Amino acid sequence: MDVSIRHVCKDFERFPALKDVSLDIRSGELIALLGPSGSGKTTLLRLIAGLEPPTRGAIFFGDEDASFKSVQERNVGFVFQHYALFRHMTVAENIGFGLKVRPSSSRPAKSEIRRRAHELLDLVQLSGLADRYPNQLSGGQRQRVALARALAIEPRVLLLDEPFGALDAQVRRELRRWLREIHDATNHTTVFVTHDQEEALELADRVVVMSQGRIEQVGGADDVYDRPNSPFVYGFIGDSSVLPVKVDDGQLWLHDRTIGLAAPELPSGQATLYFRPHEIELLDGCSGCISGVVAASRRVGGSRRVELEVGGARDRVEIELPTDHPATQKSRIAFRPLRWRAFPAVSAAA
Amino acid sequence: MALDIVREETVLGPARLSTAKRPFKRPTTEGPVAKAVLMTLALGFLGFFLVLPLAAVFIEAFRKGLGEFMLALGDPDTISAIKLTLTVAAIAVPLNLVFGVAAAWAIAKFEFKGKTFLITLIDLPFSVSPVISGLIYVLLFGANSMLGPWLKSHGIEVLFAVPGIVLATIFVTFPFVARELIPLMQDQGTGDEEAAISLGASGWQTFWYVTLPNIKWGLLYGVLLCNARAMGEFGAVSVVSGHIRGLTNTMPLQVEILYNEYNFVAAFAVSTLLAGLALVTLVLKSFLEYRYGDEIAGSAKH
Repeated sequence: MDVSIRHVCKDFERFPALKDVSLDIRSGELIALLGPSGSGKTTLLRLIAGLEPPTRGAIFFGDEDASFKSVQERNVGFVFQHYALFRHMTVAENIGFGLKVRPSSSRPAKSEIRRRAHELLDLVQLSGLADRYPNQLSGGQRQRVALARALAIEPRVLLLDEPFGALDAQVRRELRRWLREIHDATNHTTVFVTHDQEEALELADRVVVMSQGRIEQVGGADDVYDRPNSPFVYGFIGDSSVLPVKVDDGQLWLHDRTIGLAAPELPSGQATLYFRPHEIELLDGCSGCISGVVAASRRVGGSRRVELEVGGARDRVEIELPTDHPATQKSRIAFRPLRWRAFPAVSAAA
Repeated sequence: MALDIVREETVLGPARLSTAKRPFKRPTTEGPVAKAVLMTLALGFLGFFLVLPLAAVFIEAFRKGLGEFMLALGDPDTISAIKLTLTVAAIAVPLNLVFGVAAAWAIAKFEFKGKTFLITLIDLPFSVSPVISGLIYVLLFGANSMLGPWLKSHGIEVLFAVPGIVLATIFVTFPFVARELIPLMQDQGTGDEEAAISLGASGWQTFWYVTLPNIKWGLLYGVLLCNARAMGEFGAVSVVSGHIRGLTNTMPLQVEILYNEYNFVAAFAVSTLLAGLALVTLVLKSFLEYRYGDEIAGSAKH
């Protein structure tokens, strides 16, 4: 089921949570809404589900305008961060709930509901736990049951609100892989919300990066990581180092030295340079490079993070060096970013 | 060297012994004297103000033997008082159950203007003297009021009749169910309900299959307290009942009348029934708290 979000705005008591958001979700796609808290990602998800009405704009399911349809009519599967399992029902009853509450004309027989529940339990790899109660399950198992319950109604769209947010890191990674497998097997159009970029980049076909009620960038993991289109995305996804630079005649200048990077499309004036700490080349001499004095160095996993004082202690940047690099305190290092982007200072401030 | 070691042992030896003799003193425990004083005070207070009166009720009731006790309870006026009390509770408690659940549902699950005011209003019967609660209905339905004569001309007696007693009882016991449910339902939030409607359940199905089971023990607890108060209410009922024997006397009013007539055995016999109700309520309440404490107080995460 294609889902199309067209110019949607949502205000809460005069506080705008979403500002003119448009997004096309293709059928069978696994899409992640990624952003810091307060970016409007959960609001957007609840709008798609119909748990909240949009202030303006429309949401289409396929060709039909679903904006003002009730939650029940939209037939979506919703998985909550805190599971929201019915505590007084067994696992099988929880999964069968969506079928049990159907009007009698379309309600399957009791034995059929039970059979469906067992089938879904097999799918989420929890066979044998049908008669347990939610409080007898671990967090990861509960979330699997919640997903099985959402799948039971054969939803047109599957919506997950920070599904792994309440779980510990180990279980999260496990469930991530498992969710991908389930998605590939069932092929539901799936939208999930997360503030964990690793989760979004690893799991989703496309990532929607959101900030302050707007969509900043939509793209695959490679797009948003390698080609961030805004200072926010650069700063939010992955590590980034930032330097204030000056643009003059298409060349980037750091203080009074050119750093050997050309940006012909940028207007002259102040700008901000973004690059990844590990995407640099080290240079020996320095004609057209960034050079600085080592101020601090830390060992991080398989590499060494070095903080450089550039241009007389006024700015600090981080770069990554191999662990066997002989850099010590106060030694001078020259480098040039391999992949970088500069944004005019005005947009960087905004 | 060897000498030194021996010396050390002689020095350490007695010290070790003395620590072994003196038991470890817990930092949170008082000395025996303080303990005895505090416990005597607490138990004495409890005995004098709670156990003694309760025992007195039963002793007085059976002073002239079981036969007299049964005779007192078999008095037609007393039987009609018991019947009236049960009738009033049977009307007031279910109504308060419905109002209480509705009010708690509205307050806990929805945001609207005037919510704080509504919560305060629900608490009103707790803060108003029961006599005033009764007087309200006298003013509303009395002979000089707007409503009273009009209702009377249509053959409906409110004051000094069963409807008045029911109204006063409902007013006095109104907060019990709602007060019990509001914190519980607020704590549970709206997650379960949202899950249910996203699975296609209608509002009524959501309430019946999800909300109600989540609050059932808290609801029972509230109903229990509400019932105890409904049967035991004196002040408000006394004002509106008119004390007509065999017609508008509830059990507490009957006790008062019998006592004023120096019919002590009968007065205390009826009292034992009320005391018995209180004891049964207490036992049930304790059982609910013991067995389903977390589901009554909320805060239980599943």
